[in-house]
Amino acid sequence: MYVAVKGGEAAIDAARAWLAEERRGDPAVPELTLDQIREQLGLAVDRVMAEASLHDPDLAALALKQAQGDVIEAVFLLRAYRTTLPRFAGSLPVDTADMAVERRISATFKDLPGGQILGPTYDYTHRLLDFALAAEGGAVPVAPQATPGEGAMPRVLELLVGEGLMEREVPPEDESGPVPDLTREPLSFPAGRPLRLQSMARGDEGFLLSLGYSTQRGYGRNHPFAGEIRQGEVSVEVEVPELGFAVDIGDIVLTECQSVNQFKGDATRPAQFTRGYGLVFGRGERKAMAMALVDRALRAEELGEAVQGPAQDEEFVLSHADNVEASGFVQHLKLPHYVDFQAELQLVRALRAKALKEAAE
Amino acid sequence: MSEDSGYNFAYLDEQTKRMIRRALLKAVAVPGYQVPFASREMPLPYGWGTGGIQVTAAVLGPDDTLKVIDQGADDTTNAVSIRRFFAKTAGVATTTRTEEASVIQTRHRIPETPLSEKQILVYQVPIPEPLRWLEPREAETRALHALGDYGVMQVELYEDIAIHGKIKRAYDYPVEVAGRYLTSPSPIPKFDNPKLSDCPALQLFGAGREKRIYAIPPYTPVRSLDFEDHPFAVDHPGHPCAICGDTESFLDEIVTDDAGGRIFVCSDTDHCRARQEGLAHDDAA
Amino acid sequence: MTMPPDAILSARDLRFDYGNGQGVRGVSFDLWPGDVLGIVGESGSGKTTLLKLLGGLLAPSGGSLSYRDASGELLDLLALPEARRRHLARTELGFVHQNPRDGLRLAVTAGGNVGERLMATGGRHYGRIRQSALDWLTRVEIDGARIDDRPTQFSGGMQQRLQIARNLVSGPRLVLMDEPTGGLDVSVQARLLDLLRSLVADLGLSVVIVTHDLGVARLLADRLMVMQGGRVIEEGLTDQVLDDPREPYTQLLVSSVLAA
Repeated sequence: MYVAVKGGEAAIDAARAWLAEERRGDPAVPELTLDQIREQLGLAVDRVMAEASLHDPDLAALALKQAQGDVIEAVFLLRAYRTTLPRFAGSLPVDTADMAVERRISATFKDLPGGQILGPTYDYTHRLLDFALAAEGGAVPVAPQATPGEGAMPRVLELLVGEGLMEREVPPEDESGPVPDLTREPLSFPAGRPLRLQSMARGDEGFLLSLGYSTQRGYGRNHPFAGEIRQGEVSVEVEVPELGFAVDIGDIVLTECQSVNQFKGDATRPAQFTRGYGLVFGRGERKAMAMALVDRALRAEELGEAVQGPAQDEEFVLSHADNVEASGFVQHLKLPHYVDFQAELQLVRALRAKALKEAAE
Repeated sequence: MSEDSGYNFAYLDEQTKRMIRRALLKAVAVPGYQVPFASREMPLPYGWGTGGIQVTAAVLGPDDTLKVIDQGADDTTNAVSIRRFFAKTAGVATTTRTEEASVIQTRHRIPETPLSEKQILVYQVPIPEPLRWLEPREAETRALHALGDYGVMQVELYEDIAIHGKIKRAYDYPVEVAGRYLTSPSPIPKFDNPKLSDCPALQLFGAGREKRIYAIPPYTPVRSLDFEDHPFAVDHPGHPCAICGDTESFLDEIVTDDAGGRIFVCSDTDHCRARQEGLAHDDAA
Repeated sequence: MTMPPDAILSARDLRFDYGNGQGVRGVSFDLWPGDVLGIVGESGSGKTTLLKLLGGLLAPSGGSLSYRDASGELLDLLALPEARRRHLARTELGFVHQNPRDGLRLAVTAGGNVGERLMATGGRHYGRIRQSALDWLTRVEIDGARIDDRPTQFSGGMQQRLQIARNLVSGPRLVLMDEPTGGLDVSVQARLLDLLRSLVADLGLSVVIVTHDLGVARLLADRLMVMQGGRVIEEGLTDQVLDDPREPYTQLLVSSVLAA
């Protein structure tokens, strides 16, 4: 007689143990430390923090180690941890004009107050495998030091705002209201720009990159210039009600991209430039730029532009940007679907029987 | 705090549970209506039952007895995994026996054993919106629900009959709850649809990734959509279970060799076990 | 607003601004039961925009629009709740788009297209829905054997006739038509015009028809409104307007100097 398959529990335990062995790899090779991951795989750590919406380089390093370097799995681990954390307060808006800048470039002006600063970038490196890195223990050449420039480094787009050429970003009328938080409230459409930006800041880099790219290829073109990209440390401040003033709780590295885009004007507004905005944790320049492109694309309706590409469709972008959601749902197809499939099998057999019978008659 | 696990009882913090309970109350008050809720990120992947888990966590108490099934079976890997999750984080008693459970979390099936007023059935739902395949936009589907504008779904069923001679939906067969909202029964086979209606147990539906909760309160009429001259009907598989001999239950098809060999066994493993025990008892007597 | 007691539709000072100088700038008219009103003018004159305002496809920036329903109740179409508006749109009203693809469900069979209004208003008997669909396909001269074909398999003329059947199945009282014969071959146009004329007469429909084709206007419309720059510059009985135009613009239009 047939005996139904069992053994789910034992299989799960065995799979976990096997995975732990796989994760460790050859025990003869020294184990990675979290310090090594945090210091030497910094861009991966940054991406995990950004897409998990949790700024904690040590935990992000742990997540990467646990996930064997699978970034989306690491994001998932960190997100699931984040859910259990209590919410103490919301920070004040960070001031990127006051950033301790390590990189700042503008593609719209050759020179400008504060200058162009290349910073630690992969741009202009020739992508040749550096076999010197394969040999461990090599000394790193010392990077030349420059004296920090005197004076302010105003944000490029503000220069255009001063002239009236760039739209002014008007803060919400009632700034005392709580900032909407898409991790605490269900998203509904239309979501509006604050939630769009929030969603994209934690959205999948690959998804935003492709969408941003699609706007450049004509699926919702919006004529962008990289007005300014800046990267560096900003301080995060929290207002403590008991004290009545803001307290600096630490510094974090951010990358900000502001694009300058054309706007032809309409019945009520003269022609001027508009902006797309991208801001991410860490040195996530590619993501910040893609985000700025998609942010601007999503403003099509507001600006009376034709909505022709997926990047301009708020519901499409926001519903599909989250890689933890996407990864879960795509991979849920691995779960048993015996019942649904059985129901389909019965149906297809019945339809085929009917068709064959009709053909025979 | 559950002492040995280091987590709050049933993992979720109490504020989150309160938020989910509020959504549940609203869902029960408006049967079949999809209530948005702030679905949390769970330590299990989206699409693997995070909605059902959050609903279960919100209704579970220390005295409850939990049963978890996937495809009708208690021993499928995901059912095992979810049952362990609650055994670890809530320390509740678990069971595989339908009649012993006070809360049953399910994916894709309704148990064959009739449910009672003392039970809650929690469904894991992947796509809560029955109109999603006809209209991808949330803003528009919400308007269609608000206006009770469901002609487009009826057209879909008309098309099936016109082209295939019968309604071609084998699972996730759309229903109308309490004469008002068009509702997805989650992808249960249409075989199970009749059990949705007038059920003594409270039926709760959680969709984590899509962030929706809905409910069918006890003894609520649920109508599977159809036409007067093409009434809804359940297809029986036409085989008995190869183990317990039941001719009335929903069956899994088991491929036994690569030469077309097939047998059919109950998808509800607890139902099958109970019948086998009954048969053994009869034999002994 | 004041609405003549026997009018079915009354527009007063309807306005719409596209922001580029085009649009509709204060149009008023009354439509009577069984009345066929043609709207003619050059492209850009605002005639299609006006039709969209009447059909609720665009929301006017000013003015009023009243409709008297089958029970005699006077309805403010611009303030009607959405549920009521949708119900009206699939029972008493019809809208025939210039491109049948805009008015049909292309993935749905001809029968499903025609039956949709019946199902949306509670029709639950498959056999009766199908019989109505068959009857209407026959009335618009589509072979009943094609009831389970999709519109994508139909010619342009057939698609347009299918769109008309889909509108008429619910027995509407007022039908709005946007260039219903546009984009069709001349011989196909003639057949469709014949069909439209007999249907309108048999059913006693009230119709507002936008067309650039003065031949179509002469054949179908009892009255004409001539539009230019978003305004109605001349109106009257069709023969009167076409044979003895008062306005210089209409004279140019009629003598085909202007490409309408």
